[in-house]
This record gives sequence, structure tokens and C-alpha cells, in this order.
Amino acid sequence: MAQITADHLGMTLTIEDLDHENKDFFAYCAKGDFRLQKNPNNGLVRYPPTTRCPWTGDPDSEWVSVEGKGTVYSYNEVHHAIQPAFKAVAPYMLLLVELDTQKGTPSEFEGLRIAGNLVTADGEMAPPEMVKQVGIGSRMRMVMKKLTDEIALPMWTIDEDAEQPAKPWRYAQE
Amino acid sequence: MTLSSVSDIDASQPKHLADKYAIAGIGETAYLRGSNRTTRSMATEAISKAMADAGMKASDVDGMLSYSSGDSTFSPFIAGDLGIRLNFYMDVFGGGSSTEALIGIAIGVIEAGMCKTVAIFRSMNGFSQVRIGGTGARSAVPVKGDEMHSRAYGWQAAGQMFAPTFMRHMYDYGTTPEQVAMVKVTHSQHAARNPKAYYKTPVTVDDVLSSRFIVKPLHLLDCCVETDNANCLIITRAERARDHADRPQALIRSVVGRACKPRIDMHYQHGPISTVAGHYAKEILWPNAGLGPEDVDVTGAYDAFTFTSMLQLEDYGFCKKGEGGDYVSNGTIRLGGKRPNNTAGGHLCEGYTHGINMVIENVRQLRGEVDDTCPIGPDGKRIHTHDYSDSGTCRAVKDVNVTANLGWAMPGTGSAMVMVKG
Repeated sequence: MAQITADHLGMTLTIEDLDHENKDFFAYCAKGDFRLQKNPNNGLVRYPPTTRCPWTGDPDSEWVSVEGKGTVYSYNEVHHAIQPAFKAVAPYMLLLVELDTQKGTPSEFEGLRIAGNLVTADGEMAPPEMVKQVGIGSRMRMVMKKLTDEIALPMWTIDEDAEQPAKPWRYAQE
Repeated sequence: MTLSSVSDIDASQPKHLADKYAIAGIGETAYLRGSNRTTRSMATEAISKAMADAGMKASDVDGMLSYSSGDSTFSPFIAGDLGIRLNFYMDVFGGGSSTEALIGIAIGVIEAGMCKTVAIFRSMNGFSQVRIGGTGARSAVPVKGDEMHSRAYGWQAAGQMFAPTFMRHMYDYGTTPEQVAMVKVTHSQHAARNPKAYYKTPVTVDDVLSSRFIVKPLHLLDCCVETDNANCLIITRAERARDHADRPQALIRSVVGRACKPRIDMHYQHGPISTVAGHYAKEILWPNAGLGPEDVDVTGAYDAFTFTSMLQLEDYGFCKKGEGGDYVSNGTIRLGGKRPNNTAGGHLCEGYTHGINMVIENVRQLRGEVDDTCPIGPDGKRIHTHDYSDSGTCRAVKDVNVTANLGWAMPGTGSAMVMVKG
């Protein structure tokens, strides 16, 4: 089976050629273009890539550019990394950033919550002092971590131009 | 915060099956870190013990179900070792939440006339072979396809995957680390009365909060223990169970199998992520049981992590939404409290089994056959003191008539079961 591969932090990432949804998603990312699938019949955008519209089962979809800005909805902070690739960068943060696009649609608690690590503006895994600055409510902007011409990973960094909460919500015991 | 009701779900389990099936036999190996034997060897021991407990021979068992993630031995090998000729078997993929779901399936296949008695087993070297915490060989395999949206970000182990739900619950409801730590504290006190538990030493809130962080908000002691063990349940019609063993039976009142939140593939998209599958599962569990949380004497809320017990107890309605932190820390869930949880110590202390040992413990509670260290009387039966003070040894709850097991696969998927004494 033909596949494309990339190396990230020493770990191998692979997408098989027949996996059109993921191949297209990461190929757009590699061009610096964050695109999601939209069902043209109801206008709803979805994440991560799926084979059909998760609200209707509709097979029609088109890739549309979406603004990579949003608010941290929840996070974890990994201190004990289990994947070899991440041991050197712990503690690291996994963020779920809720996009401004389609927030609270089509129902109250829904949103496009995009996963990604907290990184510096140039895409490097965030140093410990930066990790301490981010919590629920922090305003973030997307950074593409380009790995090859076919694969880039969406990541998140602090949106320096945005108004930030005085104190983002963080886990009580610091 | 409100969430739409799911009361229009067709709770279609025919009520005529309530109390018609029993867990006739229970069996378990020791809970170890380092079994030094195969999952095949452990499974045969657990099933053999369960058959003896049920008063059954190999010819009385003709069905088998197991679950694993490729880390166990398939039923035909186990049945062959035990001299069991199978009329039905199936080995399914799954971890937590499989137990209750397979009990429902067992009832279904017996009702369909496919076999008469089913042995359900889970056998795993969760410490010495496939590490349940996700370390070891599994952590290093290449990231592929859909995993590009999770493992590529170092988001892989169960604790890592669930942590955003735990964190958001603290944000939404003000749940504190001290409250959640009480789950571990309580289960450790229970395990101190269980000679088979892997961890038998009681811990304090300070012990939990001063243990190192694994993934915030989880400290080491918020996480369950990885162990090697096998467990078995034997399911058959209640009258058949009674024919083989003269004792109070643990009857199956109501089962829910892997009820899911919307968008189970990525429940974080749907939200609210501080609500778990029990919110939906309870709409099947309680109506089919014909009773509610207030009628339950003992719970077995899956404790892969301290948080999973709390979230489930809350979403199944044992307390109001958002008050789980108070519920698990106000004395309710400890022995001597109103509704003890995981009286054998659960996954946090007894051993990790993907849920089946919590069902076994509730069977023991319903039968009044809890294997603590209370003295044994002249008739060979244990004389339970019901002394739950620090110096006491008893973990049998008085007058148990109804138990509930709340099984967890992940925030978006859960199973549950109500059993009654009969």
C-alpha cells in the first residue's frame, strides 16, 4: 500500500494513499491553508476529517478555508510522556481550541474544537514558562508546523494581537 | 448548565427478562504485577473457579464471551483446556464497558436458544505484557491515518485522552483536586479490608496531591494500578443458577451496553465535554430496572481514574449535575456511608481488569459472601462484624439488595447494570 510519511520529533507519521480525507486535510495544511470539509447542503463545517457530514450523513463535501483563531476550551498538560518522541519536550500541552467559526452551532454545546500542541510562534514545542501562561479562555492563533510538502500539523500559539483574559483558568494546584 | 433530555429513547429491553438471569458463578486469579504465566493459563483458572463457585461442571457451560484489545487468548483455546464443548462463543474487541455489554449479549444469545450458560472472561497481563497505561511497545509504533489528529500530538494514553474532560469539569463546576482525591482515599480504605488487593495501604488526600503529575489534572495516585489477572462471570437463567447452587443469587435487573454520546468518534466536538455517556445510559438503566439511584445500596463506578468514578456517579443521577465532587468526598461512598463505592478497592487499588472485578465484588455483596478477614464461624461462614472503623476488618455492607455497576470506556461511551438479590 502506497503511503506518504513524515518525521515529527523523531516519530514516523503515515497516511495511506487511499485515505483521501486525511491526505487532503494535511496537504492543505502543508500549503499553510487550514481547510475543513463543508457540507454544501447545510453549510456546516466539521473537524476532524470524516467521510460524511456527521449531522446528516450527506456524502457531499468541499474543502473551505477556515480562520485559525479561537479560545482554549480545555487542555491537558503532560508531565509523564509515554511516547518516546515526547519525552524530551515534557511538560507539553495538548490544547482543544474552540474556533470562533461555527461556535455554538448547530446546537448550544457544539463547536469546532481543534487539537494541537502549544508551540512558540515559530512552531517549536513551548518551553515550560510558556506552558504556565495558557489556560481555558486564552486566545490562540494557529501555526502550521510544516514537516514535508504533503504534511503539516496544525499547532497553537498565543495570539499576541488578541485581548487575553486577565488570568486564564488553570488547574488549581500549580 | 442544561443539556437536552434523551427521555424519548426507546428503552426496549423487555421487562420480562428483568430478574430472569443471574450471575451464577464468579472466579478470579490473584492480582499481581508479574504473573509469570500466559493469559491462557490465567483464564482457565478464573473460569474453573467460577464453575466451581456456580456448582457447575464443564458440561454445564456451553457458551463463552471474552473481550480484549488483542492482549488475551481466544475462547476456543480456553474452552479446549477446560473440556468445555461450545455451542456459542465470541471474542470481541474492547476494554472498559465491555463487561456489562457482554452480560446483555449473553442474555440475548441464551434467549435466542443458541446456548444455555455463558462464561464471560477477561484475562490480561496488563503490567507484564501489554501495559495498560500505554507505555512500552505500543507507544512507539508509527502514527497512522486518523491518529494524526491525536497521537501526533502526544495524545494517546487513556489519561491523556480523558484529561480535557476532567479539566473542563473542574472549570465548569469548581470541582477541586481535594474532592476528587477522596475517591482514591476511600477505595484505599476499602482495599485495606481486601486481602487480594494489590495496594492494601490506606492513603490520604495529601498523599494523592503530593504524588507526581502524570498528566494534569491526574497525579500518579489518581490513576489505577496496572496488574496481571483474569476474571470470570458465569451467566445463566436464574432457575438454572439455583439448581446448581443453593444461595441468594445476584439477579440481573437491567443492562445498558456501550451507550454513546453523539459523535462518539470525537465527542469533544459535541460537548458539553464535562458530561459523560451515563447521561444517556441512565435513560435506559433506571426505567428498565424499575428503580432509581436512591434505591441502590452499593455502587461499582469504574475507577480507571479517580475522576471516572465521580463523573459517572454524577451523570447516572446519584447526585445533581456538577455536585460529583461533593458526592465523592462527603462520606457517602465509603464503607459505613450511605452508598459505598468499589468496596474491594476497585481499579485504583485491587487491580485493573477493565471492569469485571467490580461486578464480581457486587455479586459478593448481594450474596453476603464478601471475602474480607472477618472471623469464620463454626458453620464455615464468615461472621461479618460490620465494623468499618480504622481498626475494623469488615467490608461487607449490611442488607444489600440492589447494586449498580457503571462501566467506562471513555467519556463518550459507557455501560451499566443493576443487580438485585433474589
